[in-house]
Amino acid sequence: MASAIHLTPSALPAAGMKKRRAMSWITLAAALISLIALLPLAFIVWIAIQTGWDTVVALIFRPRVGELLINTVLLVIITVPIAITLSVALAWLTERSDLPGNRLWSWLSVAPLAIPAFVHSYAWISFVPGLHGLWAGVLVSVIAYFPFLYLPISAALRRLDPALEDAAAALGLGPWRVFARVVLPQLRLAICGGSLLVGLHLLAEYGLYVFIRFDTFTTAIVDQFQSTFNGPAANMLAAVLVACCLFLLALEVIVRGEERYARVGSGAARKQQRARLGRATLPCLLLPAGVALLSLGVPFVTVGRWLLAGGADVWRWDEISLALGQTLFLAIVGAVLATVAAMPMAWISIRAPGRLQRLLEGCNYIVGALPGVVIALALVTITVRVALPLYQTLFTILFGYALMFLPRALISLRASIAQAPVELERAASSLGRPPVKALWATTIRLSAPGAAAGMAMVALGITNELTATQMLAPNGTRTLAMAFWSYSGEIDYASAAPYALIMVAMSLPMTWWLYVQSKRMAGR
Amino acid sequence: MELSRVAPALTPRDGMSHLHNVDYRYQVLIGAVAFPGRITKIKDHAMKYALSTLAGAVALTASLVAVPAMAEDQGIVVYNAQHESLAKEWAKGFTKETGIKVTLRNGGDSDFSNQIVAEGAASSADVFLTENSPAMALVEAAGLFAPVDADTLSQVPQEYQPSTGKWVGVAARSTVFVYNKDKLKEDKLPKSLLDLADPSWKGRWAASPSGADFQAIVSALLQLKGEAATTDWLKAMKENFTAYKGNSTVMKAVNAGEIEGGVIYHYYYFGDQAKTGENSKNIGQHYFKNQDPGAFVSISGGGVLASSKHPKKAQAFLKWVTGKGGQEVLKTGTSYEYAVGKDAQSNPKLVPLADLQAPKIDPATLNSKKVIELMTQAGLL
Repeated sequence: MASAIHLTPSALPAAGMKKRRAMSWITLAAALISLIALLPLAFIVWIAIQTGWDTVVALIFRPRVGELLINTVLLVIITVPIAITLSVALAWLTERSDLPGNRLWSWLSVAPLAIPAFVHSYAWISFVPGLHGLWAGVLVSVIAYFPFLYLPISAALRRLDPALEDAAAALGLGPWRVFARVVLPQLRLAICGGSLLVGLHLLAEYGLYVFIRFDTFTTAIVDQFQSTFNGPAANMLAAVLVACCLFLLALEVIVRGEERYARVGSGAARKQQRARLGRATLPCLLLPAGVALLSLGVPFVTVGRWLLAGGADVWRWDEISLALGQTLFLAIVGAVLATVAAMPMAWISIRAPGRLQRLLEGCNYIVGALPGVVIALALVTITVRVALPLYQTLFTILFGYALMFLPRALISLRASIAQAPVELERAASSLGRPPVKALWATTIRLSAPGAAAGMAMVALGITNELTATQMLAPNGTRTLAMAFWSYSGEIDYASAAPYALIMVAMSLPMTWWLYVQSKRMAGR
Repeated sequence: MELSRVAPALTPRDGMSHLHNVDYRYQVLIGAVAFPGRITKIKDHAMKYALSTLAGAVALTASLVAVPAMAEDQGIVVYNAQHESLAKEWAKGFTKETGIKVTLRNGGDSDFSNQIVAEGAASSADVFLTENSPAMALVEAAGLFAPVDADTLSQVPQEYQPSTGKWVGVAARSTVFVYNKDKLKEDKLPKSLLDLADPSWKGRWAASPSGADFQAIVSALLQLKGEAATTDWLKAMKENFTAYKGNSTVMKAVNAGEIEGGVIYHYYYFGDQAKTGENSKNIGQHYFKNQDPGAFVSISGGGVLASSKHPKKAQAFLKWVTGKGGQEVLKTGTSYEYAVGKDAQSNPKLVPLADLQAPKIDPATLNSKKVIELMTQAGLL
C-alpha cells in the first residue's frame, strides 16, 4: 500500500505531461480530419459566392423551397417522437419486463436495421401500390430507422442501477413516476444520440422517399443534380439542408447537456428486477409482434413474392457475384478508413471535452448529415478542377464514404471510450507506458467493441449507399444498391429482388453482431 | 472484475490531481534530468508508431489508386445514358465483332452531359450515348465533340442527325399520352399537349419532370411555341399534374388507376407487354400527331468526344451502333425504340415512325439549359 502512496508525487505528474503531449497530437489529428471533412461545406459556400447574391436569393427564397422545407420539417417532427416512443416502449418491454421470448423480440427490434431503407420502401409500395405522401413517409421512416433509437436505449436501460429506482420507490413514487423521473432522465443521452442519428437519416435519405413520392430536400437536390449536374440551384438547396442539419445538431447539444452519468458507491450494481406483466402480457406482446410484422414481415413477404414471380431468370449470377464482390470490398475498406479517422475525434470528445472539441465534432456531424449527393458533387468538382488524377478513383469514393459515415463510427466509439475509465490510462502511464502505448493498452482496447460496432455501422451504410456511389464510383463499378436501383427504376421489381435479398443477407450478420455486442456490453 | 476495483481506488486521487497540476512542469523537468533515457524511449515509441501508421496509410492509398488503374485496359469508355440493357447489347455485339472491350458507365442524360462539360478535356469518356437530343446539344455547344466520321453519318438519314454533324442519331422515341382505358374514354382524350394546361385537367395527369425525357418534350415545346407560351404552360402544369419519378412509374400509376393519364414515351408500354403486361394491361396509347409539340420524336444521340484517347475505336463503335448490327438490336431486342438507320426496320409492333406526323425540329437547337431554368422557375424542380 505504501508504494501506491509513493506513486503520487513522482510518477503521476510525469504521466500527466505525457498525456498532454499525446493529447495535443490527437487534437491536431482531429482538427485536421475535421478540416478535411469540411471540404464539401466549403465547396457550397464557394459556389454561393460564385453564384452571386441575387441568384442565391432567387434560388433560395422561392415557393418550391418553402414546399420542401415544410415537407422536411414535418417529416422530422412527426417521425422522431414516434420513433422515440416506440423504441422506449420496446426497450422497456424487452429489457425490464418478463415478456415471454424477450430475447427474440429484442433481436427482432434490431433486425430491421439489416434492411436498407429503400428496400423497406420498395416492399411497402409493392404491398400497398398507391402509398405516397407525408404519412407514408412517416410510416416507412419509423419502420426503417427506429432501431437506431432502440439499440442505445435498450443498452442504457440494461445498464441502469436499480438502486436509484428502489430509492425513488421507497420514497413513495409510483411505478409510472419512477419511470418518468428516474429512468427516463437516465436515458436522455441515448435518446438524444439516437434521435440525432434518425433525424440526420431523414434529412439525407433519397431512395426511400422516391419510391413513395414524397419530396424532401434530398430528393429535390438529386432532381436538380440530374438536370444540371453541379448547377447552383442544387447547391442552394443543399445550403438550406445544411442549415436544417445545423439546427438539429444545435438542438441535440442543448438537450443533451453537459452532464455525465456515473454510478458511485461500492460494490457491483444489483441485477435488475423484471417487472411482472401479469394479465397485461398478451396485449403487451402485440406491440413487438406488430412492429416485427411491419418492419420484417412486409419486406420478407414482398421480396419473397417477387423472387417467386421472377423464378430462376432473375438470378443472373455473373452480374450478381460481380456486384457482391465490389460491394464487400468498398464496405470493408471504407469502414476501416472511417473508423480510423473517427478515433482521434472520439477520444478528445470524452477525454478533453471543450469548446474546440464541440466545434470539431459538430463539423463531422454536419458533414455526415449532408446527403451523399452533395458530398459526391463537391468531390467530383474538386477532383476535376484541382486533383484530376484522383477523379473517379477508388480513393475518392472511399474518401467520400469516410466523410459521410464518420458520425456513425464516432457515436459508437465515443460511447465505448466513455465507458473505459480514464484512470486506467493514467495508471498505465504511471506504470511507465509511453502515451500512445498506454492509450493502446487501455482505452483503445477497451473501446474495441465500440470501434467494431462503428465499423459494422459504417459498412452497413456503405452497402446501402446509392447516390454518392453512382456519382463517384470508378468506371464499371456496379454495387448491389446500384443494380437494385436500376432495376426497380424500370419497375422490374422481380429482377431487383435478388439484390434486395443479398443486401439484407449481407447486413444481417453485421446487425446480429451489433445486437450481441450491445448485450455483451451490459454483461449478459 | 479487476477493472472495477482499480477504478474506485483511483477516483479520490483524481479529485486531487488539480493540486498536482501546479508543479507538473517542475516534476517533468526533474524527470527529464533524472531519467533522460526514459523520455527518449517515449519519443522513440511514438515515432515508430507514427512511422508505421504513415507507412500503412501510404500502402493503402497506393493500393486504392492502383486497383482502378489495373481494372482499366485498352478498351473504350462509354458514358451511357441509354437504357442499360440496350447499351449492354450494343457493347456485347460490338466487342464480339471487333474484339474491342467496352466499359459502360451508366447514368442519365442531364447529369452525364453536365459532367462531361465539367470534366472538359479531362473526361475519361470516349463515347457518349443519350436517350434524348438536348444533352447532346449541351456537349456540342461546349465544343467537346469531335466530328462524326462521314461514313457513319451517311448511314443515318439527314432528319435523324443534327445539322452540324457533330453527333448522330442512334435511335428514336416518340412522345405519347398513356391513359387508363377504364377511366378515360377515347373521345375525352386531349387533342394537343397544350390542352393539358386547361383547368379541366387539374389532378388528372402525371409526368416525371425530373427526367430528361420529359425535359426533352418541354424543349420541343419551347422551340415550337416560344418562351412565353412555355412558361405559361409549365405554370399551369404545376397546378394540374402529379409528379412521379420515372416514366415506368407514371405508366404503372396510370395502369393502376391512381391517375387518368400521363405524358411519357412510347416504348414503356411495349416493354411491359413483352414481359408480363402486369403494369400495362389497362393502358391505352394516344399519339397526338398533327405536328403537335406532343407529337415530338426525340432522337437518341451518340457522339465521340474530342478528348478521347482512342478516337478510332470510338468512331468504330458509333459506326457499328448506327450500322446494321446496332440497328438490328433495336428491331429484335427488348428496347422497343425506333431504329433510325437507312433501310433499318423498327419492331413491327410499333406504329411506324413515318405515321407519327412529328413536328420538324433541328435537334441541335434544343435548349436544355433554358428548359431547366423555366422548370425551376415554375417550381417543378
